[in-house]
Amino acid sequence: MRALDLKLVRDLRHIWIQSLAIALVLACGVMVLILSSGTQRSLSETREAYYERNRFADVFASLTRAPRSLLDDIARIDGVARVEGRVVFTAMVNLEGMTEPASARVISLPQTGRAILNVPEVRQGRLPEPGHASEVAISEPFAQANGLEPGDHFRAVLNGRLKELVVTGLVLSPEYIYTIGAGAMMPDDRHFGLIWMGESAAAAATDLEGAFNDLSLTLSRGADERPVIAAIDRILAPYGGTGAFGRDRQASNVFIDGELKQLGAMATVLPPIFLIVSAFLVNMVLGRLVALDRAQIGLFKAVGYSTRAIAVHYLKMTIGIGIAGVAIGWLSGWWLGHELTKIYADFFRFPWLIYRPGAGSLVISGVLGIGCVVLGALRAVLSTVRLAPTVAMQPPAPPVFQRGWLDGVSLALRLRQTTMMILRSIVRWPGRAAVTLFGVSGSVAVLVASFFTFDAIDIIMLEIFEHANRQDATLTLTSAVNARAEQDALALPGVLSAEGIFAVPVRLINGTRSRLVSLQGRPPEARLAVLLDEKGETVAMPSSGIVLAEGLADWLDVGAGDPLRVEVLSPPRETWDIPVSAVIRQSLGQDAFIDRDAFFRLARQAPQVNMIHLAIDRNALTELEARVQETPAIAGFTLWTNVQKEFETTLNESLVTMTIIFAALGMLITIGVVYNAARIQLAERAHELASLRVLGFRRGEVGYVLVAEQMLLTLIAIPAGWLGGYALCALMAQGFSTEVVSIPLVVTQRTFAAAALIVIFTALTSALLVRRRLDRIDIVSALKQKE
Amino acid sequence: MMSETQSSRVEVLKAVGITKVYRSGTVAVDALKGVDLALYEREIVALLGASGSGKSTLLNILGGLDLPTDGRLFYRGRELSALSDAGLTEFRRRHVGFVFQFYNLVPSLTARENVALVTEIAEDAMTPEEALDRVGLASRMDHFPAELSGGEQQRVAIARAIAKRPDILLCDEPTGALDSKTGVTVLEAIVEVNRTLGTTTALITHNVAIRRIADRVIYMADGEIARAEENADRLAPAEVSW
Ligand SMILES: Nc1ncnc2c1ncn2[C@@H]1O[C@H](COP(=O)(O)OP(=O)(O)OP(=O)(O)O)[C@@H](O)[C@H]1O
Ligand SMILES: [Mg+2]
Repeated sequence: MRALDLKLVRDLRHIWIQSLAIALVLACGVMVLILSSGTQRSLSETREAYYERNRFADVFASLTRAPRSLLDDIARIDGVARVEGRVVFTAMVNLEGMTEPASARVISLPQTGRAILNVPEVRQGRLPEPGHASEVAISEPFAQANGLEPGDHFRAVLNGRLKELVVTGLVLSPEYIYTIGAGAMMPDDRHFGLIWMGESAAAAATDLEGAFNDLSLTLSRGADERPVIAAIDRILAPYGGTGAFGRDRQASNVFIDGELKQLGAMATVLPPIFLIVSAFLVNMVLGRLVALDRAQIGLFKAVGYSTRAIAVHYLKMTIGIGIAGVAIGWLSGWWLGHELTKIYADFFRFPWLIYRPGAGSLVISGVLGIGCVVLGALRAVLSTVRLAPTVAMQPPAPPVFQRGWLDGVSLALRLRQTTMMILRSIVRWPGRAAVTLFGVSGSVAVLVASFFTFDAIDIIMLEIFEHANRQDATLTLTSAVNARAEQDALALPGVLSAEGIFAVPVRLINGTRSRLVSLQGRPPEARLAVLLDEKGETVAMPSSGIVLAEGLADWLDVGAGDPLRVEVLSPPRETWDIPVSAVIRQSLGQDAFIDRDAFFRLARQAPQVNMIHLAIDRNALTELEARVQETPAIAGFTLWTNVQKEFETTLNESLVTMTIIFAALGMLITIGVVYNAARIQLAERAHELASLRVLGFRRGEVGYVLVAEQMLLTLIAIPAGWLGGYALCALMAQGFSTEVVSIPLVVTQRTFAAAALIVIFTALTSALLVRRRLDRIDIVSALKQKE
Repeated sequence: MMSETQSSRVEVLKAVGITKVYRSGTVAVDALKGVDLALYEREIVALLGASGSGKSTLLNILGGLDLPTDGRLFYRGRELSALSDAGLTEFRRRHVGFVFQFYNLVPSLTARENVALVTEIAEDAMTPEEALDRVGLASRMDHFPAELSGGEQQRVAIARAIAKRPDILLCDEPTGALDSKTGVTVLEAIVEVNRTLGTTTALITHNVAIRRIADRVIYMADGEIARAEENADRLAPAEVSW
């Protein structure tokens, strides 16, 4: 081994803890990048492959009823490749040992027994035989949640008649990777499932023989979906079509899109912080090392080593740290990404998983990681390496301290001299202090952003379950009925109040922008389901005009007072121009709202409802549930406590783990920065600190000089970290808001306080770790080393 | 060897059978091989001896900076060799002032602040101004060490050592890095402190001439006290030269 390389290995061994600390910070950045972009890529490739293999449709539509012969007309539309018409409806399910009502979406399978599109993936057992009316396949999550297996029986209310069904198999579907029941907000596998049934049986149950009420189709390669959707809407209008839509409005697909967007945001927001901090750390540590080596550098140059050779020597060392960091980041990112993808695959119900973090993210993170540390090293190295050998061999000029504003401060505050030493050191080496300040504030920022997720969830939960939705349960009716049904609902056991809603699919159009959404007609003076403004306060429903959720208004580019075209896609099937009367906050979903009476005035009809929110007496719940199950007019029953429970468990699984990981990463920055800074301080000032011991300073008093400097910087960094954290939260709120969930930018004092306390604790621990080394220093020998 | 007058004086520090063995790996160096020594109130003792004879080791042990391998040490009758690190720190803090060849000033503090470092933690300290005045540096109080000459820095170190009115002042080659003229000013400061405050002073020197300012001279050789002699006619520092 060459002499210089030997020196390199020895140096690295000497500062291995510091090098490791830097490598770990770097690894964090690389890891987050690999983790999030790898998971994103794996998830999207898995979805792509699943869609491809199981022929997930491109365009979807529902309608009331159309003859099967219409499918041929649809197939002839320009750009349409394959068409499938199905019978789809909702049924109440009666499960052994379950008192509360459960419901299922029943989906027909063609007589041939083989689905053309949205092909179910059989996981266990088989699909039902065509012609066997009582055979069904059910969705695997529903089966697992309810302990159903092939061969088991259960009962469902089909067309008002209770029917015994036998399970032939468990399946998954690309159409329901993420399953939400009617009126629900989160998957509830216990109370909502999917049932695949032979076409004749399904048609018989709904009086749809020779007809279909659900359409899916694929587009030929390169075809534009917009004209196809317009054509389908025209064809289906007479048959009760409620508006065709592409994958971008397909519930399950939209949800996964949101999740992918969030992973993408994670890959861009967090890694830069870690990369920059590690660059600074390398600069700090290597700068110190090079300064120590100054005389040797002069010697090397004197004996004929070139500036380049020496610079390369130090860069090699940096690259060593860089490679270690990148490798750790790759490995942990790969592994964590795999775990995360598994969690997602589970949550999203993919039948299988392709884990393939792209070579792209590996290369990018590797180049970025090593590039950052080299950049950090370059400055530190070049300044010394360029010195002429004779200059380098002389000791560096002693640090110059100056009298200045500090003296006034010291006098005014009657500061102790040890405190003065700390202040002068900070002022004398502002660059070093800046690294600590930057690192610690970055750490605080990452922690604030991590804990912000809890704030956001708290607010969303509060808004959804306390403020916006005060109902205890929601009934979904099989069809729209006169608003007098509210009175009938009041007659059900335990019902304290009832609020009828009329939900109707509409297409909102502003110029070239349009969006298919659900428009909710709510009764005037609604008390159960209410609207909230940006501040979360209840707002009254304006008596005229349409109210839009914020995200929806942004998408359509309209504000209060602007006109909006509303195409009602089910009876009365009219198109109205209505002004936007208000824009509201809606955390979950993006809907449009209107005064129910105003809606029916426009429609020139008597008010109707197809959903009823209830406030109930929980003591009568069992009785109510029993009555609901035997009422054919009710297609679904949602208990809001269940929704909330599902919501919480879902979030707890994924988010809490992520938050803990990020909090740990945030703490690692502080450890890396404070430990390194304290180690350098200790090394440079060992002599000075030992002389304090000679003067009779106690260990604690000398430790104070070392620890308090780091803690002072930490305290100064915290407010900056709060600000930075708030900015990160703003980025996250934006990056993590999707069509499904809109994240409010509200950071609580609890979050700020927790971030600060954790960072203070971490910094103190890191500094105290170095202080222990100080205790071990032998005074006499430290004094002998004249620097 | 001791005369009657000496044994009747009050012992400030007393060392009995002090040994010090440095071990590094398999090699053991006997730096001190059983030293018996007493320092008396108000006296100045000069320690002389060849390089490596154990002077610094002895001084450090006497001042509670280092622990003997064996033997006992007493400060005014209280046993020091039984004290913990914290106990020795308290001993140094209250009773001992050190001055080294290299001044060991804190570079980020001015002369006044370097002295204040000590006066802040001592009980019956003089003001930094008074301490600096005693060593003749009243006019340079607000200079940083880097802005002072070697002799001035050493005098700041002496001011810092005596500002707490220590019982004992231990100086390890205080003039070692200085020229003769500057050395004299430093010695004058030490003698002046000894005269006005009555500080018991031990002073290591390689300079045979300097021994003449001391009351007693102790010669060390090879980790042992070779001999000690009284100085009947003490000279003033200005009278010695080298
Ligand atoms: N930390 C140490 N480890 C090992 N040996 C040591 C150590 N300190 C001192 N020694 C040895 O102890 C002996 C006495 O050293 P000491 O420093 O006391 O000598 P000294 O008389 O002060 O010499 P000088 O006049 O050169 O300062 C020497 O042989 C020295 O090598
Ligand atoms: Mg010595």
